[in-house]
Amino acid sequence: MADLLIELFSEEIPARMQARAGEDLKKRMTDGLVEAGLTYAGAHALTTPRRLTLAIEDLLEHSPTVREERKGPKVGAPDKAIEGFLRGAGVSRDQLKERDTPKGAVYFATIEKPGRPAAEIIAEVLEDTIRNFPWPKSMRWGAGSLRWVRPLHSILCLLTREDGSEVVALNIDGIKSGDSTAGHRFMAPARFSVTGFEDYAAKLKRAFVELEPKEREAAIWQDATNQAFASGLEVVDDKGLLAEVAGLVEWPVVLMGSIDAEFLDLPPEVLQTSMKEHQKFFSVKNPKTGRIEKFITVANRETADDGATILAGNQKVLSARLADAKFFWENDLRIAKSEVGMEGWLESLGNVTFHNKLGTQAARIDRIAALAREIAPIVGADADLAEQAAKVAKADLSSEMVYEFPELQGLMGRYYAEAAGLPQDVANACQQHYSPLGPSDEVPAEPVSVAVALADKIDTLTGFWAIDEKPTGSKDPYALRRAALGVIRLVLENGLKLCLSILLTEHGAKVAYKALTLEHQNLATERSQLLKQITKAQEALADKDRERVDAQLSVISNRMVHIEENYFEQKGFIHLGRKLAPNLLSFFHDRLKVFLRDQGIRHDVIDACIAMEGNDDLTLLVKRARALEEFMSSEDGGNLLQGFKRANNILSQAEEKDGVEYSYGADKKFIEDAAEAALFDALAAGEGAISSAIEAEDFAAAMGGMAALRAPVDAFFEAVQVNSDNSVVRRNRLNLLSQIRKVCGQVADLSRIEG
Amino acid sequence: MPPKGKDMTQTTAPRSFQEIILRLQTYWASKGCAILQPYDMEVGAGTFHPATTLRSLGSKPWAAAYVQPSRRPTDGRYGENPNRLQHYYQYQVLIKPSPPELQELYLGSLQAIGVDMELHDIRFVEDDWESPTLGAWGLGWEVWCDGMEVSQFTYFQQVGGHDCHPVSGELTYGLERLAMYILGVDHVMDMPFNDPQSPQPLSYGDIFKQTEEEYARWNFDVANTEVLLRHFEEAEAECASILSQEHIDPKTNKRIIMAHPAYDQCIKASHIFNLLDARGVISVTERQAYIGRVRTLAKQCADAFVQTEAGGFTNESAA
Repeated sequence: MADLLIELFSEEIPARMQARAGEDLKKRMTDGLVEAGLTYAGAHALTTPRRLTLAIEDLLEHSPTVREERKGPKVGAPDKAIEGFLRGAGVSRDQLKERDTPKGAVYFATIEKPGRPAAEIIAEVLEDTIRNFPWPKSMRWGAGSLRWVRPLHSILCLLTREDGSEVVALNIDGIKSGDSTAGHRFMAPARFSVTGFEDYAAKLKRAFVELEPKEREAAIWQDATNQAFASGLEVVDDKGLLAEVAGLVEWPVVLMGSIDAEFLDLPPEVLQTSMKEHQKFFSVKNPKTGRIEKFITVANRETADDGATILAGNQKVLSARLADAKFFWENDLRIAKSEVGMEGWLESLGNVTFHNKLGTQAARIDRIAALAREIAPIVGADADLAEQAAKVAKADLSSEMVYEFPELQGLMGRYYAEAAGLPQDVANACQQHYSPLGPSDEVPAEPVSVAVALADKIDTLTGFWAIDEKPTGSKDPYALRRAALGVIRLVLENGLKLCLSILLTEHGAKVAYKALTLEHQNLATERSQLLKQITKAQEALADKDRERVDAQLSVISNRMVHIEENYFEQKGFIHLGRKLAPNLLSFFHDRLKVFLRDQGIRHDVIDACIAMEGNDDLTLLVKRARALEEFMSSEDGGNLLQGFKRANNILSQAEEKDGVEYSYGADKKFIEDAAEAALFDALAAGEGAISSAIEAEDFAAAMGGMAALRAPVDAFFEAVQVNSDNSVVRRNRLNLLSQIRKVCGQVADLSRIEG
Repeated sequence: MPPKGKDMTQTTAPRSFQEIILRLQTYWASKGCAILQPYDMEVGAGTFHPATTLRSLGSKPWAAAYVQPSRRPTDGRYGENPNRLQHYYQYQVLIKPSPPELQELYLGSLQAIGVDMELHDIRFVEDDWESPTLGAWGLGWEVWCDGMEVSQFTYFQQVGGHDCHPVSGELTYGLERLAMYILGVDHVMDMPFNDPQSPQPLSYGDIFKQTEEEYARWNFDVANTEVLLRHFEEAEAECASILSQEHIDPKTNKRIIMAHPAYDQCIKASHIFNLLDARGVISVTERQAYIGRVRTLAKQCADAFVQTEAGGFTNESAA
């Protein structure tokens, strides 16, 4: 057994790629070694900005010998065939064995692949790993053709045994493997040799390199919180930033600095974003006031002045940055408070394209405002407020602050709307209408925000459906799945009764019409440009080009005529909405299934409910599904389902055989058996009870009605033979079964339920 | 690889903007770079100098360093913003093939201009470079000194649509910002341009405050957009016309491909586009189209350059 140490030493690896690269190195190496027969006890990947390190423990020193038997030609086959087989198997004639098989005597050869020393295998696997490393982006350098994330400088590859260590020889495009590495770029740049992992890690630590990213993270966090605590402050938690910062340093040194007083009145989110995005600083806040008062920066070295120069420099850079932010903030506030107010920002959104097939942001905002107004009464919001909120909700996209920090969209809108003296509901909607952004993001509950949030998402969805940009597989560039889930959660968590079909059809029609108009306009422009080109270059245009332009022109004209005839000349354009709405609704149902499955509702139960009318009322649909799920997991439910399936099967077979539908209802006078009579009565009573329960959307009662059917159904099948010799009796019984299907069918399509 | 000169470990602090430039010139000269002069046309960045764009193409080794005055009309602030200028200086180094010790060479240059490596925190932070106008991209870093970006460090992978073989290493220093940091100045206009002890001390503002105002006014409000639009079209047409000429000059009977004159027209078109942008007459959609047109020119110039001797063309490679 031996231990293997590998270090790939390069110029600075982007922080965001390090963790993944460590894992990839480990996986590719261990997979390759195991495949070649070298098993091991443990493997551990470590990364710093300049190195990927892999330590493998207890690796076999030799791969085992493998024997494989290969079947050859029949005994007595022509010599040529036998010689060919010998060549292929790499054995001589006297090594062949004869053995009887059902087809007669056949030659067999045993091929022995001798094991190989570990070093040989490691060298091959490592070279393959380096040459085919899955970096998200890689590059060449100098005059070579090797690719790595940044120039690769040295390879350490060492096999260590109890009696010493051995360099695994490797030469990749002139980079030769060895047993040495270098310390910290500035604090201990000299190269040194190592004898194994422990020696390596210990010497690196003395050379100011902390190898383990988690250790660097822990050290940074502990030191940062301690320093903040000593000043009665606390560090704002940010795991992503911590991981990134730990990937920028080999020897973290935490320094805490102050923010100039003139910037302390900026919104805390602005301070935090500016410091994080530009400087990778942690924010340090006063827990009593919630204000951010200091920052933490992490340097990559110790200095004789204990970081004083570094801190002063960072502080200066921060001040320049915050001066920018302050300038944006004050400028934006001035505009928001001015007479023009946020309207001015809206106007400039007329020049911003949302999507080239869907027009400008301003046009989109107009549509959202109209839709928000329509939705308002359904969600209990004031229609004027909802419309106003939708109008200003995206105005902050024109502000300087959001231009600089796009991630502050919405939040800045709220600040500016407040400054402009707009109603609080409207200001809140600016911030909340983007929510919920993910499955765990909070769902807005204020009616005005809910109206705008729904309108925003429905406009997005219908828009991309209209131009046929639906998500496919893992591709969802416009985050449409998220938008649909957003609508679902907004509806469910606010218990809204929303007829999605109508909204999707009507709004979809508007958006689709807009998209077609836009396409028509664009085609017209393109056509006139082409025509201009032709006249301008009448003579100069070669025949070949002329043909190409003509062909292009006729494609354009055909499409324009198609749009005119098929869409514009019809009265109204609701048909455009009818075309896209059903497909979009089933997209919602798919998202809903995923959402409910995570909450433990079976997909077949949801399917059984989706098959019912009113499935565009998601609240109702989910209520039904929950009640059904509960009923189906009860004993009554399970048994009733069996009864229903049995009835359904008998009925379907009979209907197919007889070529008629037994849906007239049973007649009491043909009933012969007591169990039959009991079922008849139970169904008559159940039908009324269940239908009125469904009417009242009281699904618990409906399920109660279903449960009451279980005993009579069971008893019926116990006592009665449906296929009686008497055809009248048989027909009547089939009609009775049909009644079971009809009564149960009021609740859900039980035929879709499995089991 | 450039020959190694003796290391310049300057420990004294520079006292003026020009001293920093002079030290960079001396340092890179000592490392074997040809010290070129600025290109005599308006460009948006040092990368546009043909000594970078064109010379990064083809197989011939190259090592050059130069100051390039650069113009970004949209960044004009009438000389009032402490950090923003419509006219500023970049220091540019391009070495092909990129030497293995390029990072160390670069750090040496910081030392040469007075950055004490023992006191400062220098970091290489991921920053991939892409120029849609030049059809170029590369991987590298922005270099941070105590949290401030002081340089851009790039390994060119593609220029003008051509893969770079060998790869050039490009270093770009934003001279004003770097100098302000080293000299401890808060407003660019207050920065000493020459030695403050000289008989006639001049600040950056003495030299550029007025011009910043003049150009800001012209860039934003006065430049005749119709004329500019026409110039753009003309430059585009001239570039195409130059490149459409036969390779053999009928007068001298020599093979003369006019890659550089054509590239001048590309530079011109690019600058005119920047001016039009500053005048606010280019819409968001048009913007992409203009950038695409300049890129087409840049690519055609690159195609032409690799057909020239400087671009690595030999009679064998033609065969």
